[in-house]
Amino acid sequence: MRVLNKALISGLVGTTTYLTAAVAMAADGGLPQLDVSTYSSQVVWLVISFVALYALMSTVALPRIGEVLEERQNKIDDNLAKAEDLKAQAEAAASAYEQSLASARSQAADAIREVKEKASTEAHNRQAKLTAQLSESIKQAESSINKAKLEALSGIKAVAVDVATAAVSKLINEPANENAVSSAVSTALKSRT
Amino acid sequence: MANPIEQFTIRPLVEINLGGLDATFTNASAFMLLTVATVTLFLSLSMRGRALVPGRWQSMAELSYEFIAGLLRDNVGTEGRRFFPFVFTLFMFILFANMLGLMPYGFTITSHIIVTFVLAIVVFIGVTAVGIMRHGLKFFSYFVPSGVPAAVLPLMIPIEIISYLSRPISLSVRLFANMTAGHIMMKVFAGFVIPLGIFGGWAPLGVDVLLVGFEFLVAFLQAYVFTVLTCLYLHDAIHLH
Repeated sequence: MRVLNKALISGLVGTTTYLTAAVAMAADGGLPQLDVSTYSSQVVWLVISFVALYALMSTVALPRIGEVLEERQNKIDDNLAKAEDLKAQAEAAASAYEQSLASARSQAADAIREVKEKASTEAHNRQAKLTAQLSESIKQAESSINKAKLEALSGIKAVAVDVATAAVSKLINEPANENAVSSAVSTALKSRT
Repeated sequence: MANPIEQFTIRPLVEINLGGLDATFTNASAFMLLTVATVTLFLSLSMRGRALVPGRWQSMAELSYEFIAGLLRDNVGTEGRRFFPFVFTLFMFILFANMLGLMPYGFTITSHIIVTFVLAIVVFIGVTAVGIMRHGLKFFSYFVPSGVPAAVLPLMIPIEIISYLSRPISLSVRLFANMTAGHIMMKVFAGFVIPLGIFGGWAPLGVDVLLVGFEFLVAFLQAYVFTVLTCLYLHDAIHLH
């Protein structure tokens, strides 16, 4: 408590002395900014330094920065243009590829269709030929069968006449009339067929 | 005991007299030259590499260039290109003068009303000259507000003229007062640190730490405000509203 009191008192005393001293000094000299006697030297040196800075900026510093910025902008524009160019090239290549792909595809389809057509016509032809051949041989076979049948039929008549003559001879015990037997067999065969 | 306004004192270093004109080299002159040297060194050293992909220092230099170029483009338009070197010089000079004033043992040249007033009057006269050169006598139509009934014109025209003439005053007093007040505040709080002793001294020290950060903001902001207002005046002179 005592230490705090002491600190407080010393602080108050310090502040008071500081403030009184400050106020006294301020009142004594006044603001240095209002001292007119310094104005001419300040204006002279301000003009000198400002003009110097202006000259340095406008002839050296600013053109250099401007150049660097412009260079960068040019480079960026350049690269963009190049990129655009490359993109156009890539697009052209892609479309050419697409086109060739499409033409190859249509060519392949044409070829396939051609082959298919050829194959189907050939198959057709062969089938027709085969059919003709088959029908030919069928016809031949039929005719030969017919022939054989006729032969067989005519053979049958002779055999039948022989058999019938023999049978009649045996039955009547004397040689039979061959003409009558033959006509009877013919009638019988006719009624059968 | 430190006097809070002692920091603004101008001390002669070399007495120079140019045919009756007092051109004494003072601590203020030294800091003006230091400002010029710092700006020049900053810009030339950081741009030495001319790198296509900028490093930190080159980025800062390019940033200041593009910052002012953008300011001029936005506020004045393309006609403002011609004034770029001047506006850039103005901004860098005030910014670096303010910043160097915040360095320990630094002297703030922009805390002197005569310095800020000369800068403001140069802007004022330059802008007026640009306006007259561009528009001739038509420039004075700037003082006749459009869309106002003729009856109030006798009242409005003097008001417009006074507000136009007060531009250099407001421009210079704004910068001077901000710099002076900030530096006095910092010195006053710093002056309390030792008298309040080991227990109480920390409070004003803490305040001063905050104030230093605040003053860096003010240093940039006032340079920016001075430049923006210059751009707006240029816009008025070129476009007449």
